[in-house]
Amino acid sequence: MDLQTMQIIWFILVAVLFTGFFILEGFDFGVGILLPFMGKDDLERRTVINTIGPFWDGNEVWLITAGGAIFAAFPHWYATLFSGFYLALLLMLVALIFRGLAFEYRSKRDNPAWRSFWDWSIFFGSAVPALLWGVAMANFIRGVPIDASMNYTGGFFNLLNPYALACGVASLLIFTLHGAVFLTLKTSGELQERAMGIAKKLWAPATLLSLVFAVYTFVETDLFTRLGVNPGAIPIFSVLALLSVIVLLKKNATGWAFFMTAIAIAFSAITIFMGLFPRVLISSTNPAWSLTIYNSSSSAYTLGIMTTVALIFVPIVLIYQGWSYWVFRQRVTKDSKLEY
Amino acid sequence: MDTLFLARLQFALTSVFHFFFVPLTLGLSIFTAIMETAWLRTGKEKYRQLAKFWGHLFLINFAIGVVTGIVMEFQFGMNWSQYSRFVGDIFGVPLAIEALLAFFLESTFIGIWIFGWDRLPKRLHAASIWLVALGSNLSALWILVANSFMQSPVGFRMAADGSRAEMTSFSELLFNPYVWLQFPHVVSAGVATGGFMVIAVSAWHLMKKTRDKEAFRTSLKFGAIYAFMGALLVSLAGHTQMQEMVHKQPMKVAAAEALWHSENPASFSLFTVGNEKELKDEFSIRVPGMLSFLAYNKFSGEVKGISELQEEAVAKYGPGDYIPSVITAYWSFRFMVGAGTLMLLAAAVALFKVIREEYTFGKLTGALLLWSFLLPYIANSAGWILTEMGRQPWIVVGLLKTEQAVTPASVVSGAELLTSVVVFTLIYSALTLVNVLLLKKYATAGLHGAE
Repeated sequence: MDLQTMQIIWFILVAVLFTGFFILEGFDFGVGILLPFMGKDDLERRTVINTIGPFWDGNEVWLITAGGAIFAAFPHWYATLFSGFYLALLLMLVALIFRGLAFEYRSKRDNPAWRSFWDWSIFFGSAVPALLWGVAMANFIRGVPIDASMNYTGGFFNLLNPYALACGVASLLIFTLHGAVFLTLKTSGELQERAMGIAKKLWAPATLLSLVFAVYTFVETDLFTRLGVNPGAIPIFSVLALLSVIVLLKKNATGWAFFMTAIAIAFSAITIFMGLFPRVLISSTNPAWSLTIYNSSSSAYTLGIMTTVALIFVPIVLIYQGWSYWVFRQRVTKDSKLEY
Repeated sequence: MDTLFLARLQFALTSVFHFFFVPLTLGLSIFTAIMETAWLRTGKEKYRQLAKFWGHLFLINFAIGVVTGIVMEFQFGMNWSQYSRFVGDIFGVPLAIEALLAFFLESTFIGIWIFGWDRLPKRLHAASIWLVALGSNLSALWILVANSFMQSPVGFRMAADGSRAEMTSFSELLFNPYVWLQFPHVVSAGVATGGFMVIAVSAWHLMKKTRDKEAFRTSLKFGAIYAFMGALLVSLAGHTQMQEMVHKQPMKVAAAEALWHSENPASFSLFTVGNEKELKDEFSIRVPGMLSFLAYNKFSGEVKGISELQEEAVAKYGPGDYIPSVITAYWSFRFMVGAGTLMLLAAAVALFKVIREEYTFGKLTGALLLWSFLLPYIANSAGWILTEMGRQPWIVVGLLKTEQAVTPASVVSGAELLTSVVVFTLIYSALTLVNVLLLKKYATAGLHGAE
């Protein structure tokens, strides 16, 4: 394969890893955000946490792998992005540290203050990244100040523009909706009813904000100029999927509703990556200084090695991770053996 | 504030913290797997209880290793962007493979193991903890492949414009002799760390007249063998590594020995107060010929000194200071080797006791069994400080200096870096405390706490 083909393959693979991350960690972020609203007492909160107990850690690895893949395949993208979005990433790391430990530690002591501290760690540890990933994606497509030597020249507050914040709130709401629908699938009785109620209530604001974000994108970015006024099937399906969720929820078709929130998330992410291609970070200072898959990638040899490794191991990972979802397909109830 | 200094400080803090927890994860994952396998083979209840007990402690510790590990992966891009641009073509590959091969494996199967006790057939459940252990140790392998490139770069060429190093051979990168010296050293350090933890906790319960005497005797027996194996292998691997480093990284060896000038035969320093400015001893007790013996297995042979190596480096790379901090290298080496030697001794005592089936301990033996678990922590931290500090001023030996690798101050300011240093220091200190308290709580609660 020639260099250019492999650069395109790795752009697609990175997009796939991020999309997988948003779908999978999306619902466990959502469950974390809903924890204070779903669980009225300690046992209920434990039950809610245990619905994602076996999965959250494996889901998070999608992000770690996406980070590693960017480093290996597009070192300049990795270097510019991670150094440029410094404080935002620091905030996210802190969130992920507390969240990860909270799952393991919260039920290790009976002290209510201890449990409450870790429960709030789960809430903030889920809400902050859910918001920040929306902010990050919006800034990718909108462009950020980058100079001729690929260095970010803005500050933390450049990232918090109204457009990016709108996307952040939208992603926060969508992930929360996704989590609520997941909970309707994994709980029973009163908890399930509560999750259903929340999902139905959340649908309208989540959908509204996503549409606002879509229109805002038309104004603020070149995405629609690039994809055309009729942007193609993928963004349209994303919107349709989101619209169908409420109908499916009302019919109690929760499995399909979950499928549709996953599709809405996936297709939104794919739309943004399509709008980016072949750029990976757009320079708002001078479009010519943007990072693209062509000026930030590793050598043909390295991409070749990485492609071989990915072709062998990505399917294996998908098989055993899929199997783990199958093993723990049952609903979690208050009578289940709660490990977390 | 000087960003280079802060970035180095943060790297030192976060990596030493991270590796403070990781070896116990490496060692206890295998130990838990051995216990569960013993249950599978014998059907004896005590092995199931021990698998749960040690698995529980393993999980408490594992969580911190995971979250501090994410920081490590992100940190290269955040604080060392110039480094990332320069070596991404090579260094990024083992990191990505680590995530794909090791992190997915351990993270998925840890979930299956925790939640699968009642849901999976026994064999499959035992297999899942072995896969966790495999994942954890594979992750060590890939990160050492990455680190070995920094110590002893192979399988690369410089890009035509000199802007970056490019990989020319993945197999050379993977089969870098340095990897296969470091990997056994790190894995056996993990085994020793786990083994001494098992010895300490088991001995504590036996001294407290636990009602689970039988189980903790078994645990102590396995722990003593495990710790002895670990201590022996880590010393042998370390010795082999040192002999290789005499050729590959002579400056690190000279600094670790405070050997100011080349000597033949070279003496081994027992205690030196040196003068780093004038490159000479203020005070030193030395064993003649001993360093040559350690390096070449015979009492002659030249070991190069700091002054000569500095001159060679200037001739090769141009003017500059190529000497690492001698006091840091010298003392970290002595702490590592000293702790390692005591580990061998303590493990031998434990082994002697369990072979003779003596489970009552006198004051001195008791204290040794209880407190020797601290030794691996000293050796592990000192070992990494020597490895990384002894490599200075290089970040990749011969290719890139640490000062050239840091993110430009125009991108990440001193204030931002200071913020992250403070944030990580505070959080990590608190978490260490929490981790230690939880480990203590569940270690002393005994077998029934984990049920």
